[in-house]
Amino acid sequence: MTSKARRLGIYETMYRIYATDVAMRSLITSGKVSVIYYSPRGQEGIPAAVSAALTPDDYITTTYRGIHDTIAKGADLKEVVAEIVGRKTGTCKGKGGIMHLSDPRVGVMATSGIVGGAIPIANGLALRSQMTDSDAVTISYFGDGATNIGAFHESLNLAAVWRLPVVFVCQNNQYGEFTPRMDSMNVQHIADRAASYGMPGVTVDGNDPDATYEVAAAAIERARAGQGPTLIEATTYRFMGHVFGVDQMEYMPKEEMAAAIAADPVPAYRSRLIGDGEAREDEIASIESKVDREVADAVEFALASPVPDSLDAFTDVYAKGAVA
Amino acid sequence: MTIQAEETKTITLIEALGQALDDALSSDPDVFLLGEDIIDPAGGAFGLTRGLSTKYGRERVRETPISEQAIIGAGIGAAMLGAKPIAEIMIADFYAVCLDQVANHAAKLRYMSGGRTTVPLTIRGMLSGGLNFAAQHSQSVEAWLLHTPGLKVAMPSTPADAKGLLTTAIHDPDPVILLEPVALYTVTGPVPVGRHEVPVGQADVKRVGADVTVVTYGPCVPMALAAAEELAGEISVEVVDLRWLAPWDKETVLESVSKTGRAVVMHQAVECCGFGAEISSVISENLWSVLEGPVLRVAGANTPVPYATELEQAHMPGTNDLVKAIRSTGEWKSRG
Repeated sequence: MTSKARRLGIYETMYRIYATDVAMRSLITSGKVSVIYYSPRGQEGIPAAVSAALTPDDYITTTYRGIHDTIAKGADLKEVVAEIVGRKTGTCKGKGGIMHLSDPRVGVMATSGIVGGAIPIANGLALRSQMTDSDAVTISYFGDGATNIGAFHESLNLAAVWRLPVVFVCQNNQYGEFTPRMDSMNVQHIADRAASYGMPGVTVDGNDPDATYEVAAAAIERARAGQGPTLIEATTYRFMGHVFGVDQMEYMPKEEMAAAIAADPVPAYRSRLIGDGEAREDEIASIESKVDREVADAVEFALASPVPDSLDAFTDVYAKGAVA
Repeated sequence: MTIQAEETKTITLIEALGQALDDALSSDPDVFLLGEDIIDPAGGAFGLTRGLSTKYGRERVRETPISEQAIIGAGIGAAMLGAKPIAEIMIADFYAVCLDQVANHAAKLRYMSGGRTTVPLTIRGMLSGGLNFAAQHSQSVEAWLLHTPGLKVAMPSTPADAKGLLTTAIHDPDPVILLEPVALYTVTGPVPVGRHEVPVGQADVKRVGADVTVVTYGPCVPMALAAAEELAGEISVEVVDLRWLAPWDKETVLESVSKTGRAVVMHQAVECCGFGAEISSVISENLWSVLEGPVLRVAGANTPVPYATELEQAHMPGTNDLVKAIRSTGEWKSRG
C-alpha cells in the first residue's frame, strides 16, 4: 500500500469514528434514544492508525470507551449502532451495548466494562496464535486508569515471560473517570512501566496518526516476528468527559480543554493531508460524504430495527439450551 | 449410575484426576494446561500433574507466575479461539483474586456477545478444609461461583466421578469449574480405564433408602454414607451425591424426597447463603404438600475456618451433626 493510500485510509477511519460519534450524541441529546454512551471524541487517531498496520485476521480487545477501536477494526457499522441503541440486529443482539461490543468476524473479540478487565484475555488470544503458529497479532486497548489495575501488571509480566504476540496500547486521555491521571500515579510516562516487565515501552503523540502508525507498525512487526510484546502509550484527550451527557466535566480545566480542542486530531490530520499534497479538498470532501451516507444508513438501520424479544433474555447463557 | 460394566482399576482420586488430564492431553491437541508449579519435578503442590510436562512438553503444560488473573485471562482468550485450556487455581480460596476474570468475563462473554463468542475453559484445583490450613486455605467457595449464571460447577466425591467430571468439563463448550476436595485426594475406588464421563447435571444416588434423603456433594458424601450406615436398621437413609452443582439435578433430588418426605442438605461451606439454602428452597417450593417437615441444613458454622484441630472440627460439619439432624426429622409430626 502506498503511503498516500494508507494515510487517506487512516483519515477515512478517523472520520467514520467522528461521524458515528456525532450521530450517536445527536440521537441521545435529541431524546430519540436514551442509552449510556462513552464518547471517543478526541481519540479517533489512535485506533485508526493502529488498524492501518493490522490485517483482518488480527485481534483486538478493548474497554467500554472502545467504539472507536471496534469501528477501526472493521466492525459492521449498522450492527454497532444497532447494538448501542439496544436492537435485536445489534452485533450482540442487544445483550451487550457499548460496554461489550464484540464482532469476532473481524477480530473484535471482547470489550470489557471492567477497567483493565480485557487485558488478561488479550494474552490468551495471543497465546493461541503463538501455540498454533499463526501470524496473528493481538492489540489490547485500554486507558491510563487501567494501568493502575492489578490485572495490567499481571498481564504485562506474563506476556513478557511468554514473549506473546500482543501489543498493549494505552490510550492515555489524561483522566480515569473523574480523576486526573497524575493524582493516581507517580510516573510521567506510562510507557516507563514497561521497563519493569523487561518489555519495550514507547510514548507517542496519539493525536498524530502518522507518528502513531510508525510506532504501532514497528511493535506489530516485532510481535509478528516472535520477538514479544510492546507497551505503547499514545497520549490524547477526552473531549466529552466520562459518561456522555452525565459528566459535567467541572474537574477538567477549561483552558486545558480549549487547548485540546484547538489541537483536535480530526481537522488537524485533514489539513495535514491537504497541506502535504496527499489529497485535494474535494477528494477529502468526497470521502467524507461517502462516510456520512454510511453513518446515516447505519442510524436508519438501527432505528428501524426491532427491539429484542423478551425471551431472548434467556438464551446464550450456555452453549446448549437456556436454563442452568 | 454412570459406571458401566467396563474394565476398572482401583486408584486414588488424585490419580484419577491426573489420568483425566493425561488422556485429554494425549487425545486432543487443543488441550493444554496452565498454572502455578504444575511442571516437573514438582508436578503440582500435591504432585497431581507430575510427569505431564515431561511427557507433553512445557508448551502444553505451562508453568505460570503467581498471577491468577493472568492465568484465567490467558485461558479465556485461548479458549475463545478454539483451544481447550485447563487452568489450575491451586486452592479455591484464590478465586477471590481472580473472580473478575471468572465471574465478569469467562461466565458472561457468550451472553454479552449474543452467542458470538464462547469460552470452553476448564478451571480446576483444590478445595481444602479439614486439614488445618486455616482461614485463607480452607474455604468452600462454591456459593461465590454458583451465584454467577454462565458457569458450570462440579465437585467429585469418588475417584471415578473425579475422572468423569473432569473429562466432561474439558470437552464442554462452556466454562466449567471443578472443585476438588483435597481431603479426598487419597481416597481409593474403582475407575474405568477408558474414557469416562459424567454427563452435565447428572447426580448419583450413592445409597438407596426409604425414610430420609440426604442431599450433599464433595467432601460430605463419605460423611453422609457413614451416617447412613450408622443409622441402618433404625432409619433408612438415601444419599444423593449431586456431583454437578451448576446445573444441578433437581429431578433426582425431587424424586428422592417425594419418596422419603424428609430431607437434610449437607455441605462443608458455611451455612449462611450457602448452596444448601437454594436446594432447601427448591425442595420446599416443589414438594410442600408431601414434606413431613422442614428441610434441614447441616453446614459449616458462620465463622472463618479456624486453624487448630479442635477449633476446625467445631466449625466443620461432621458425621455426628448429620446423624443428629437425620434423627431429628423423625420428631416431625405427620401432616396426616
